[in-house]
Amino acid sequence: MHSPALRANGNSIEFQNVSFRPSGERPREIVSDITLTVASGETLALLGRSGSGKTSLLKLINGLLTPSKGKILIKQKATTEWDPIRLRRGIGYVIQEAGLFPHFTVAENVGLVPTLERWPRPRIEERVAEMLQLVGLAPEEFAKRRPRQLSGGQRQRVGVARALAADPPILLLDEPFGALDPVTRAELQREFGALARQLRKTIVFVTHDLREALLLASHIVLLQSGRIVASAPRDEFLQLEHAEVRAFAASLLNQAGEPA
Amino acid sequence: MSAWSFLLEHRGEILGTTAEHLVLVLVAMIIAILIGVPLGLLIVHRPALRAIALGIANIFQTIPSLALFGFLIPIPFIGGIGKRTAIVALVLYALLPILRNTYVGLTEIDPAVLESAEAMGMTRSQILFRVRLPLAGAFILAGVRTATIISIGVATIAAAIGAGGLGTFIFRGVALVSNGLLLAGAIPAALLALLADFLLGLVERRLRVT
Repeated sequence: MHSPALRANGNSIEFQNVSFRPSGERPREIVSDITLTVASGETLALLGRSGSGKTSLLKLINGLLTPSKGKILIKQKATTEWDPIRLRRGIGYVIQEAGLFPHFTVAENVGLVPTLERWPRPRIEERVAEMLQLVGLAPEEFAKRRPRQLSGGQRQRVGVARALAADPPILLLDEPFGALDPVTRAELQREFGALARQLRKTIVFVTHDLREALLLASHIVLLQSGRIVASAPRDEFLQLEHAEVRAFAASLLNQAGEPA
Repeated sequence: MSAWSFLLEHRGEILGTTAEHLVLVLVAMIIAILIGVPLGLLIVHRPALRAIALGIANIFQTIPSLALFGFLIPIPFIGGIGKRTAIVALVLYALLPILRNTYVGLTEIDPAVLESAEAMGMTRSQILFRVRLPLAGAFILAGVRTATIISIGVATIAAAIGAGGLGTFIFRGVALVSNGLLLAGAIPAALLALLADFLLGLVERRLRVT
């Protein structure tokens, strides 16, 4: 997973002592003193309960939030020094419930960033068809539909296709499969895992599901109250002794024990 | 002379006055949209300004139309007898529905959609023109529709302050006890309102996100 060839292309993400405190009434820090490197081509899971700061950490990467202390380097350049528009167009973003544009067709949704980047029309159409195929949706059947004519799983697939359309080297996902039924979720997780291995992008995803983290990530970081409390390669994560790790591991056993 | 033959005989004059009425309403609506929509955008993230703007627009809407004319006429530059005062009054009436619907339409947008738009590297103006306004479009148009119908009605009363329009016939009809004159004002005014309602309703349905 951490081969030098993958590190060499430089699409890494580096947090250096990053804290984030939202402006306004609540002065509490949501993210505290995070130092963390995601190597090129690595898939990192940010695991934690609700309110642990994992989504904020994700939004700090594409500049939706600005750190109040420390800095984040994307391709060796601080997010605050990037033109935010250029930074974001090079980073795919997938959120729960997909956040598709309801007034656009599936094709227009997937083709959005290429359109913003002024690709020629035929190239956009070709790319949209290619992306839909990649996420398992037949272009001739789905391209002209509107998001509300899709199932939850199909919407999420379109969300992934949209994030990948301009071939960004970095991909961020915020509980991408969280709103799906268990069967669809398992199906999409499996397919996404295969896709991620094939694409070799730098991927950071947020989840509260340890099973999902173990399935998809090469490295797992556990957050609690805005701090990293555990960090390990996937295969070593379950051996960690931290109480929060044990709590998540216990939830794994409970899940497995549940009747299907 | 029957009312019917009166209408036929004066159809040229009636048509001209209907056009005059329509121009009054159109000018007022264009100004109201140019003020109401940007102001609606402005108040989405400014609660203090929102309370003030909606409050003031609500006051204008509540004042009876003749009373509003009464207030406006003495004001220098915008007041006086004639079309200008009428247009100012129509704009003030039209403001509340347009402002309120723009605000509601913009706040109804799923935050996840706006977050995606920003995260995908859309600029502020791209988000405004390609996402926010299109998604709020049906709401805004519903406001314009309500405002237009109110304006067509209030514009008939504007004849009382010398603004012209179809109200001229109605007021003269009342004074001369002439059914022909009354209907010459009432029928086109009613048709105008119904037609505007129908046509803007069609546009509104087209803008609705299905």
